Amino acid sequence: MNKQTKGNNSMRFGPGRAAVPGEKPKNFKKTMKALLSYLKPYRLKLVFIFIFAIASTIFSIVSPKILGSATDYIVDSLKLSGMVDFSRLFYILTILGALYLLSSLFLYIQSFMMIGISQKVTYALRKDMSEKMDRLPLKYFDSKTHGEILSRVTNDIETINTTLGQSLTQIVTNVCTLVGVLVMMLSINWIMTLVALLILPLSSGLIMLIVKRSQKYFANQQKFLGEINGHIEEMYTGHIIVKAFNGEEDSIKKFEKVNNKLYNSAWKSQFFSGLMMPMMNFVGNLAFVFVCVVGGLLAARGSVSIGQIQAFLQYIKQFNHPIAQIANVVNVLQSTAAAAERVLEFVKEEEELSEENKHAKIDQNKFKGDITFNNLSFGYNEDTIIINDFNCEVKSGQKVAIVGPTGAGKTTLVKILMRFYELNKGSIEIDGVNISDMSRDNLRALFGMVLQDTWLFNGTIMENIRYGNLEASDEEVYKAAKAAHIDHFINTLPQGYETVINEEASNISQGEKQLLTIARAILSNRSIMILDEATSSVDTRTEILIQMAMNNLMHGRTSFIIAHRLSTIKDADVILVINNGDIVEKGSHEELMKRNGFYANLYNSQFKQ
Amino acid sequence: MIKLLKYYKPYTALILLTLLLLFLQVMADLALPNYMAKIINNGIALGNISYILIKGIQMLIIAFIGGLCAVGVGFFASRIAAKSSMHMREDVFKKVSDFSNAEFDKFSTASLITRSTNDIQQIQMVSVMLLRMVCMAPIMGIGALIMAYKSSPSMSWTIFLALVIVLSIMITFFFITSSRFKKLQKLVDKLNLIMNERLTGMLVIRAFNTQSYEEKRFDKTNKELTSLNLFVNRVMTFMMPMMMLIMNGVSILIVWTGAKMINMGALEVGDMLAFIQYTMMIIMSFMLISMVFIMMPKALVSGQRIAEVLQTQSNIKDPAENKTKYLNKGESELKGYVEFKNVSFHYPDAAEDVIHDLSFTAKPGETTALIGSTGSGKSTVVNLIPRFYDVTQGEILIDGVDIRDMKQNNLRDIIGYVPQKAVLFSGTIESNLLYGDKNASEKELIDASEIAQAMEFISEKPQGFDTEISQGGTNVSGGQKQRLSIARALVKNPKIFIFDDSFSALDYETDALLRNQLKEKKKDSTKIIVTQRISTIKNAEQIIVLDNGKMVGKGKHSELMKNCQVYKEIALSQLDEEELQ
Repeated sequence: MNKQTKGNNSMRFGPGRAAVPGEKPKNFKKTMKALLSYLKPYRLKLVFIFIFAIASTIFSIVSPKILGSATDYIVDSLKLSGMVDFSRLFYILTILGALYLLSSLFLYIQSFMMIGISQKVTYALRKDMSEKMDRLPLKYFDSKTHGEILSRVTNDIETINTTLGQSLTQIVTNVCTLVGVLVMMLSINWIMTLVALLILPLSSGLIMLIVKRSQKYFANQQKFLGEINGHIEEMYTGHIIVKAFNGEEDSIKKFEKVNNKLYNSAWKSQFFSGLMMPMMNFVGNLAFVFVCVVGGLLAARGSVSIGQIQAFLQYIKQFNHPIAQIANVVNVLQSTAAAAERVLEFVKEEEELSEENKHAKIDQNKFKGDITFNNLSFGYNEDTIIINDFNCEVKSGQKVAIVGPTGAGKTTLVKILMRFYELNKGSIEIDGVNISDMSRDNLRALFGMVLQDTWLFNGTIMENIRYGNLEASDEEVYKAAKAAHIDHFINTLPQGYETVINEEASNISQGEKQLLTIARAILSNRSIMILDEATSSVDTRTEILIQMAMNNLMHGRTSFIIAHRLSTIKDADVILVINNGDIVEKGSHEELMKRNGFYANLYNSQFKQ
Repeated sequence: MIKLLKYYKPYTALILLTLLLLFLQVMADLALPNYMAKIINNGIALGNISYILIKGIQMLIIAFIGGLCAVGVGFFASRIAAKSSMHMREDVFKKVSDFSNAEFDKFSTASLITRSTNDIQQIQMVSVMLLRMVCMAPIMGIGALIMAYKSSPSMSWTIFLALVIVLSIMITFFFITSSRFKKLQKLVDKLNLIMNERLTGMLVIRAFNTQSYEEKRFDKTNKELTSLNLFVNRVMTFMMPMMMLIMNGVSILIVWTGAKMINMGALEVGDMLAFIQYTMMIIMSFMLISMVFIMMPKALVSGQRIAEVLQTQSNIKDPAENKTKYLNKGESELKGYVEFKNVSFHYPDAAEDVIHDLSFTAKPGETTALIGSTGSGKSTVVNLIPRFYDVTQGEILIDGVDIRDMKQNNLRDIIGYVPQKAVLFSGTIESNLLYGDKNASEKELIDASEIAQAMEFISEKPQGFDTEISQGGTNVSGGQKQRLSIARALVKNPKIFIFDDSFSALDYETDALLRNQLKEKKKDSTKIIVTQRISTIKNAEQIIVLDNGKMVGKGKHSELMKNCQVYKEIALSQLDEEELQ
């Protein structure tokens, strides 16, 4: 079953997809704690980073005051002597310059280090997810779409990356700035500070209002974007059907509807988020005037100097900025926590049981290939049992054909045999060894598999065939390809075996893909063969040739074939007829025809006109 | 790329208005330092409170107007950007909806999806930024420059010094990072690709025990991505502190030179402070402009990709009005003869023909079957009939009318096409069936489902026809999907049926029942079947055998068994000698 749904397109993911505003995590505290554990190894570095950040902030807060005192000095010395003492001024300015330099330096250093940490954490998260993937039971992936999981690896981890790299220190610097500026303002004059503080909460109140409003529109925008992208993806991938049924008009109508809704929420969310700056600026100017009035009064009394007023005004400017940033950061933190939650849920998911205690093995030299199914019961979920009390004995070297209508349980049997899923009841034994006593790796090393769904990866043909046995030599690969009758075709390609199979694997036909997977299986040279409807997409002439090669391969080996073609099945030693999960009949073709039951019925339907 | 500008043309008046508002906003912003200077010089310094109040209120009024203008700019900018993107998106979608298979092959479906989604998003983001911030930058920059020069001409050299330094740093940054951004994007794509492959091939990976191979493959790209990210981010993060340092350094410089001038009595303190403010504005606007250089490359690439789509014309076009011929769906007029006359076809860039000199006629009331080896051209043949591709030589005629002389809508109206791989859309079973004919009655849906052997499983589902079908049709089995796909075509009730290997996921019994029903209930229709199964076509009235694009046999089963070697081989591989009689 193909689980590729929307969002699966690789090019849709990438940097630049920002955190989705409005997303809320399910358990903020727990997630943050888990995330912090990734930061644990960098504890010491983080302390340094915070120190640098704070130092940088302090320097940049103190500077306006010093600049103010420089201006003061100019005014004062003018008043006093009508002249400016440049040596003193030079001294002040040099200190100022050094402070600025240090501030910028520290800012850069902390940022530099923080990026190092965030990238390393990101690398670790991605690696953990990658390794986790191979340890999770297949059952987990049945309930999730590919798009979902891919989104976690790219988008979600990228969100965490950005937040760690920037937002974390931003919180520190902003809070520090806020506190520092407050202190500085107070140190200049508490009356003016009071005036300023009366006005500034006004700005924060307005900011909160705007953020709330725009959040709503942002969420809507994301929703409609998702809808329209889903529609686009569906219509493009199914474009042949759309054309064949003249569905273009309706498709466009539906598109226009969503497009309109998208437009509405798009411009609104943009507009509202754009209101912040002008609003903040105006409030800032308001504070400016008020402070000037009060400052003027105080200056007339001699309580403050011009330089001090000037510094104070600069601090007011510095006050608003952190407030807006903090509001933003809170938002970012929430959506980051939501992203982190998804990633960590994956990483902490329950794995397949450890196999350290499983030592059972089958000696390769004494391998026979007798397989026994004892009272097997199985279901993908607990309440729907598909396979009921299955019993069967397969002798070494026999060819077993599994037939039955679609969904009867044919592929399921194979998946259980290879322990992709665990049994509910009963057991399977190979040469007397219970497969649950063997490690999965040892068990699967016995089987060679060719699936109905051909899977090839973005590599060369050589690499893809060699996948069956990574240690194989080039010669062995050519031999396998020849046995699968794909060697001639490969040689007609411009780059031969070095031809890269592209992402959509569109440069080779379905039949040729299948031949490649067969070559891969041939190369793997395993003891038991499983062919799952392997030859239905290959034309019958080539199929004959493959069957001959396969026969060589299967000679002396126990093999299972799941197929629709009765001609393939007729050759089998044992036919298992499956319906609704149960074997309804078992035997050779002749025996089953004599019995005149389900199988005979199936077979005879070939001739019905 | 220039082509995309036409999307902004209808808003020229609004854009000009926006620029005007922007101009006013900037003017207001520029006037403020002046007021501030005056308040300090004449108000605070002289202890003139009423002056402070008056000037203060004036300042607030100007600030308010400036704020309103800013809001106005934001309003118009967001609407213009959103609206033009809306139209762009619509045009791209309409264009692609018109594309034939050839264009889809050329671009690839995935790329078309990205171009219609991500790329347009990029452009929208950039247009808003352009209108709001980047347009403001030159206005503010030049305005501030003028004001600064007016307040103190002799100090203006400090500004130029600062700008030169800023410019050179920006250019250096640009050169270092731009090529790396592209590489970064490629690496992310690759990471995605590997992850996706591991997900789709999970069974294979576990069966071959190649988990560590896959993990290493992923790790390699992960490492590359991380180190490139490290470099790029560290370089980018250098910008901010650097800019801050330059700005602060310039203010120190200004205070130093300003002090000299104040000493000489050539400058007032307040003016010096105003000068600092203006200089900051100039540098800020410069930095805003530099943001363009960062965003532009990405936006240009996106713009290019969109323009490519919009400029592509599908080769499959409807004929001119005066040359169009119509074939009515109604029974009496339309017979359903499909004739191939010396048809040859090769793909647009291919050198060799996929089909060569094919001639045959499919008659109504009969089943015409096409059989042959993989790559023999069977599917291609039937893809030509609905004009998914056009023939490169020869003609295809329906009731004597060349299909190229018909409107595509008309042509596809009379054909019921069932593809090899069944495609269902998200919705319900009912909505999918209605896709064949919007106005079909419930009885017609049931009838079609019965013929397609789908009625049984539909009635077994708790919600019957209202059963939800998820995107891609993943909650129904392969065989069920195919039957629904067939039922959909039946609902359409066309004159001509094309089944492109549509029975492969069905077991033999269902296959036989279906064809039986088809023959009985849709007696007068022309049935063209492409298949691999001999049993499906044994009793077809006409079997066409293809080999490497050429017809090597035409006739009934019994004839072909005698005189067509290829057919004989295929048949023998599937059935016993006796069963073949």
